[in-house]
This record gives sequence, structure tokens and C-alpha cells, in this order.
Amino acid sequence: MSFEVPAEVETKVDQRITHYPVSKRSAVLPVIHELQHHFGFISEEAVEWIAVKLELEPIKVLEVVTFYPGIRQSAPGKFHIRVCRTLSCAMAGSAELMDALCETANIDRSGTDHHHPIAVSPDGKFSIEFAECLASCGTGPVCLVNDDFHEAVPNAAELLAKYD
Amino acid sequence: MSDVKYISGKEPHPKERRMIFKNVDREGWDQSIETYEKDGGYEVLKKAMKMAPGDITTEVKTGGLRGRGGAGFPTGVKWGFLPPNNTKPVYLICNADESEPGTFKDRYIIHQDPHQLIEGMIISCFAVGAKLAYIYIREEFPEGAQILEAAIEEARAKNYLGDNVLGSDFDLEIYVHRGAGAYICGEETGLIESLEGKRPYPRIKPPYFPAAMGLYLCPTIVNNVETLCHVGHILRIGGEEWAKIGTPNNTGTRILCVSGDVQKPGYYEVEVGSLTMGELINDVCGGLKEGRELKAVIPGGSSAKVLRAGETFKVGRGDDAKEIDIWNIKMDFDTLAACGSMAGSGGVIVIDDSRSISWVLNNINAFYAHESCGQCTPCREGSLWMKKITDRLVGGTASPTDIDTLYDVAKNIDGRTICAFGEASAWSTESFIEKFKDELVADTNPELAGEKVNNEAQLAAAGLL
Repeated sequence: MSFEVPAEVETKVDQRITHYPVSKRSAVLPVIHELQHHFGFISEEAVEWIAVKLELEPIKVLEVVTFYPGIRQSAPGKFHIRVCRTLSCAMAGSAELMDALCETANIDRSGTDHHHPIAVSPDGKFSIEFAECLASCGTGPVCLVNDDFHEAVPNAAELLAKYD
Repeated sequence: MSDVKYISGKEPHPKERRMIFKNVDREGWDQSIETYEKDGGYEVLKKAMKMAPGDITTEVKTGGLRGRGGAGFPTGVKWGFLPPNNTKPVYLICNADESEPGTFKDRYIIHQDPHQLIEGMIISCFAVGAKLAYIYIREEFPEGAQILEAAIEEARAKNYLGDNVLGSDFDLEIYVHRGAGAYICGEETGLIESLEGKRPYPRIKPPYFPAAMGLYLCPTIVNNVETLCHVGHILRIGGEEWAKIGTPNNTGTRILCVSGDVQKPGYYEVEVGSLTMGELINDVCGGLKEGRELKAVIPGGSSAKVLRAGETFKVGRGDDAKEIDIWNIKMDFDTLAACGSMAGSGGVIVIDDSRSISWVLNNINAFYAHESCGQCTPCREGSLWMKKITDRLVGGTASPTDIDTLYDVAKNIDGRTICAFGEASAWSTESFIEKFKDELVADTNPELAGEKVNNEAQLAAAGLL
């Protein structure tokens, strides 16, 4: 499968680059976001493509990709869930929410670690990981499903039923 | 203000004074520029554009505004650090990376009142002479980034942004820049590195004070969302009037975000120092949960040192010096500093007697271990060691001497790193040990006393895994 960035995505990328008149390198994160939004993750080919686009050595792109928790290097599910792990949400039951979501979506997290935080359901519909503080500590437990924010999540089945 | 009505069930508490959050949960309010202008929006900008930029800075100094992001540094003084006779471009960055655990105030400004932030930013850019500004927003606010971009387009269409703002010779562009989930980007020099397209490794100060050498090594002002919003309000009522809100040296209003074990967690905008901890928890937040007692409070985001219920604190100087308990701590910058902690970002986490201190500390340690950028060895290694020790503590496999080891690790991070993340991760651990040592030791396994338990193989050999 060859790597191809659709014209409409490239147009958005080009437009993002104009926001950084001093240094194209500043556009690394915005360009990564555009590609991740389209492809779901940043592949080796995507790193190369971004490097060419921004006239950088690929390592300058890769070092950014490997640093940030918000950038994925493997394909997530159709719906990617990020459950807040940090103190206030943990006090409100985020670990229990994580367990319930995994059980309901049939996700096995046992193979995950710091460098491979994402677990995917066998049907590829859902993937999940913990995220650090999502900044809504008063309404925990909270999570993001793709770009949708959910607060005071009542139960796993109810949340997952919204996504088909 | 009397004509402002709030959504039923979301009305402000009577002890609140809403300035920044005036439009949060307001009935009939939306994010459009029309709604904002109908409410008097952008009138302050028009007034500010007729002022000399230096006079705006003077007003901010007169108001005594202190940064709302965490450090509480005087904003006008920060602006004053821009080098005189500067010939380089000046940049302004709005720090919207809101990621200090316990803090959730900027979220509501961005999502519900984006034009308030943009107006505050334009005024601030005019004051410091910045023609290019960025809003560095955390990646986990995808909707917030879209709302801000739409608001920027609206403001540009009205010539509040772009070339010759409101017919003046001042040009300004603001762009939204999304982060990618790293807490360290809230540290201003880490943020700048990130905005330059690199790993966000903080820079050492000196020499890299952003006001002198910031973005692209040019003079740069980095201010928090709430701080930039306050600038608009200071100009609206004047620095002198604004300084009358709150208490001397702790002026204005600030948003306290309360989470954890209270009846009504949430955001409350109050005059700085107008409430004690007791009033905040018992009156404003409806008290602790049924049948529970207070155990501890983290008063300013997880980086702030913990306060223990039952502790006494010495506050005030000279004839005003007195000893107070946790309930009587005034929630302002200076009092919380006198109590050995900090007002920080305004994130108050309340912990009751149902919680295990080992579990709380382990959760905090896991956060810092995950978020250490890895640049400085003491922090990179130490934050992970602290997590591993408290992992053992909650797993029942810690030896009694582990608590001293934990303290030793924390003390060896403290003061040995480029940025304040080192202190943030160490101080929480140090303060929990200083104040709850007995409880932490009680969670260790006495059978392991004298054992050097530091890896999984040893634990397995001891039959503990």
C-alpha cells in the first residue's frame, strides 16, 4: 500500500505552514496533527513525508513523534478512547471506568506499557489508553472518545453505545 | 451585572464575584462575536488602542495582577523585562496548555467565552509591541482549538486583528498552535521549544528568560489564559479600581477549581483572599461527603505541597503573627506561601479520611514519572524511582526503610534540575512524607525490614510476587 496524502489534507497542511513565517520547523506538530487526524496514526512513511514537506531531516520529525503522548505510532481503533488517570478522576473512579470499558469493548490491556500504551479491541472498533489530567477535575471520571469529550461518565455500556 | 442570568442549576455561589467567568454558564450566551459585542465586548480594546502602550503596562502594574498559571509572578513586571531599545520582533504566547492536575479553569474560558481571551490578548500584544502571537492550547482540547480559530476569524473580519487594527498602524496576527499531550509544555521555555517544532526540553534560566530570549531567541511574553483575560478587565475599570478587589498584594479575582471529596466540586471565582479554606470547603462546596472527615488538601495543583488536617501554620509578621489551623488559611498567594505551600494554579484537591495516603501519593508519582521530559537525570530517573517505590507501597511489598529511600530520592531531585518540574515532583513526595510518615510506614511490610528489596527477582525469591 503506497502512502498518499489526499489533496485536501495537503491543502490544510500548506495552510498551517503559513502560520509560521519565521520557521517552517515550527509547523511540525500542526502537520502531524493533520496527518494523524486523517490516517489515525503517524507511520514511518508519514514521518518521511513531513520531513520532505518541511525540509527537515526525518529524525527531527521522529524525535517529536516519539516524545509526545498525543502522537500515535500504531493504528488505533475506529473510536479511540482516552480515560483520565490522574488524581481527581482516579478518586472519582477512573480505574473502575477503564476496567468496565475494556470489559464491555472486549479489550485486553495486558500487553500495554509506557511505550505501547494503546490496546485495541479484536474487531478494531475501539482502542483505549489512559491519559494524564484532561483538565476537568470537577466532573470526573472523564474521557475523550476521538474528539468528543465526556464528563462524569455514568457507565461504560452507555458511553460505548453512542459509538457505532 | 444584575441583568446577567445563569443557567438553572449552574448559578454562581453568593460568595463568588464573577469577572472572568461572568459569561460561563450564562443564560442566552454563546461564543459568537455578536453576542460578545452586544455585551460591551471589544469596547475596552478600542479604548486601549488610543492609549500609549507603556501606559497599558503601567495600569497592569498598578492593578498588581499576578500570573494565574502557577508561579504568581507580577504580570506588569514580567512585561517590563522586555529589553529597552529592542530591535528584534516581540512575540506573545498565550499559555493554554492547562494541565496541572486539579486545574480546570481555562477550559471554560476557551470553550464558552473565547472573545474575552482574544480581546485580552490583542490589548496585551499592543502593550508589549507583539505583531505575532500564538495560543498554545493543549491537544486534548480539540473543540477548544476550533472555537478559538473560529473566534479569531470573526475578530479578523471586524479588523480587531490583521493589518492596521482599527485603523491604527498596529498589525497583529494570532494563530492557534496545538500541543500533543505533554505536561512539560506548560513550562514556558518548554512551551517555546515545542512551538519551535522540537522536543519540549525546558531551557535554563538564565540566560533564557523568555522576555529577553524566547521564541526564535527573540523577546517573548508568555502569559496564562486567565491572566490575559484579567488585562482586559484592568483596563475596563482602571488599575487603581481593580487593585481594590481582593487584598493588598493579592489583588483581583481568581478562579478556584475544587475537586475530590467535597459535596459540590466545581469552579468558583472569588476575590483573592476573600475566603478561608473552611469557607471554601464548607460553605461554597457544600462540605465534605456524608460522615467523612478532612484528611488533607492540595491547595494549588498537584505540584503544591500538601496541607494536613490537624496541622498548625504560622502566618503573618510581627504583631500580626499568629498560629492557625487548616480551616483558617486564607486562599491567597501570600498566606498559602506562608503555610509552606502555594496558591499555584488554583486547583484545590480535597482528600478525606476514606483515602489511603499511599494510594494518593502513588497516583501523583505516576503522573510525574510519566510527564518528566527526561532532560535532567535526577528528574528522569528519580520520578520513576519514586513511582516504583510507591507501587510497592500500594502493593504491600515495600520495606519499612523504603520511606526513607523515597524521601532521599525526592531530596536529590529538588534543586538539581533545569526547570521547576523537578521541584514539583519532589515537593509533593517530600511533603507527603513529612506530614504522613506514620501512615506511609504503616503500609510497608515489616517482614521485609532489613531486606534490600529493590527488584522483581528479589521479590519473587521472597515469595512476594
